Amino acid sequence: MTEPLIEIRDLNVWYGTEHALKGITVDIPARQITAVIGPSGCGKTTLLRSLNRLLEETEGTRVTGQVLLDGVNIYDRGVDVTEVRTRVGMLAPKPFPLPMSIYDNVAYGRRIHGLPVLDKGNGRHLDRIVERYLRAAGLWEEVKDRLHSPASGLSTGQQQRLCLARALAVEPEVLLCDEPTSALDPISAQRIEEQLRAIKTETTIVVVTHSLRQAHRLADYLIFLWLGELVEAGPARQVFQNPRDERTRAYLAGDIG
Amino acid sequence: MVPRPRISRRKLEELFFQGLMIISTVGVLGSLLLILGTIVWRGLPALDLAMITQTPKGGYYLGQEGGILNAIVGSLYLALGGTLLSMVASLPIALYLHFYAARSRWAEVVRLALDVLWGIPSIVYGAFGFLLMLWLGMRASLLGGIITLAFLELPIMARGMDEAIAMVPAALKEASYALGATRFETAARIVVRQTAPGLLTAVLLAFGRAIGDAASVLFTAGYTDRLPDSLLSPVASLPLAVFFQLGTPFPKVQERAYASALVLTVIVLVLSVLSRWLSRRLTRHVIR
Repeated sequence: MTEPLIEIRDLNVWYGTEHALKGITVDIPARQITAVIGPSGCGKTTLLRSLNRLLEETEGTRVTGQVLLDGVNIYDRGVDVTEVRTRVGMLAPKPFPLPMSIYDNVAYGRRIHGLPVLDKGNGRHLDRIVERYLRAAGLWEEVKDRLHSPASGLSTGQQQRLCLARALAVEPEVLLCDEPTSALDPISAQRIEEQLRAIKTETTIVVVTHSLRQAHRLADYLIFLWLGELVEAGPARQVFQNPRDERTRAYLAGDIG
Repeated sequence: MVPRPRISRRKLEELFFQGLMIISTVGVLGSLLLILGTIVWRGLPALDLAMITQTPKGGYYLGQEGGILNAIVGSLYLALGGTLLSMVASLPIALYLHFYAARSRWAEVVRLALDVLWGIPSIVYGAFGFLLMLWLGMRASLLGGIITLAFLELPIMARGMDEAIAMVPAALKEASYALGATRFETAARIVVRQTAPGLLTAVLLAFGRAIGDAASVLFTAGYTDRLPDSLLSPVASLPLAVFFQLGTPFPKVQERAYASALVLTVIVLVLSVLSRWLSRRLTRHVIR
């Protein structure tokens, strides 16, 4: 395993009285794709949303334990939550473009963070940045002639790639993907997977997925959750071929979940 | 097969309730047309160019020369001023309720307060405004009217905006948070755009209430035959113009009351059409 970028230490999450994640301790390797698998309601999304502190936006959640990003606990007092979310980007299951043009969607994150926008006078630099990330998300060719029309006019598959471009434009170190292709047709889903594989050389990716086949195609590293507990984690090939835990074996074989 | 009656009970029920709904809808449209018809029928003969381009001359209220330009301009100033002032307070309240006080008991208390304020009769706002002005040492004036109307409009506008913002999908706000946006950035840049048509409707609703209200401006704005020239001098308004003219014993002046009401109705109509057009343009970016 390469150097871990994220170290999760004894992480517990409660929604009200429901204990959703129980003492999770696991490392997430840098610049690889880590897939989180497990049946519905086992805490996959909760784990993902704990990594950019998005859990806090839901009423009644309680988190204990540590999530170390480059050695710094993101739950420490004094850590700026907007900075965490700038370093840890996210792709939601259903695309939600922002209510503005395609161009402004990609530029939004950079504008609010005041990231370098050289040649401020004419904004050309921003134009190049928007183009770069639309290309990185594989959307450029389809939208280059209508950058200033509303993002709401795109198809669902295009919207999801726009959301990918929007997340990448902030230049996150980590990209969290919550079932990123579950709302998409197979062609669009394939394109998203291609883009994720293409960016993993620079970005650490964590994908929550329902689909074992998708995990097979994408994952370098695998985390298996069962009813809020971590059952097994390890290099994807090893977990797929030689699961150590009986529950992992049964889940991968399709006997449970 | 079990034999069935030709018209079943379920079918009858369906027809009965459908009929009831149609009757109610037609009833609403009918009363609107009846009111409009009365205003047009009784007011149109008295409506000439002088009515809307001149201020009252001597003897206007006895049926002689002049118009109600003072009241038209006065009402527009009053309602626009009140609406602007109310907007400045309403939008922050509505955003605060959702972004900073979300689902707290405090937010429910504020909503209850707004609902109670909504139900308070406008004459009470007039009396309250009047007391406030006495305390400040002001006399009946455009400014006094604007402030009172702003109070009258506040609950309507704030609750309307509150309801519009409540419709924003949580996932849209999260999309903005996940990019590292603060609550304020999310509120100002995303939610205001997403809800622009709804916010506009709330503003229009409040404006309509303000421009048509007589009781709240009776003591606070006063009345004058002159055009408004200062924030601190009295100003005329259309609802009071209707009231005063209708109160004279002269049929000719009473007709002018209906003509004034017609002018008021047309102003509201034009604004509604304008805001619908604007709202359609604002819908362009809205995410569903």
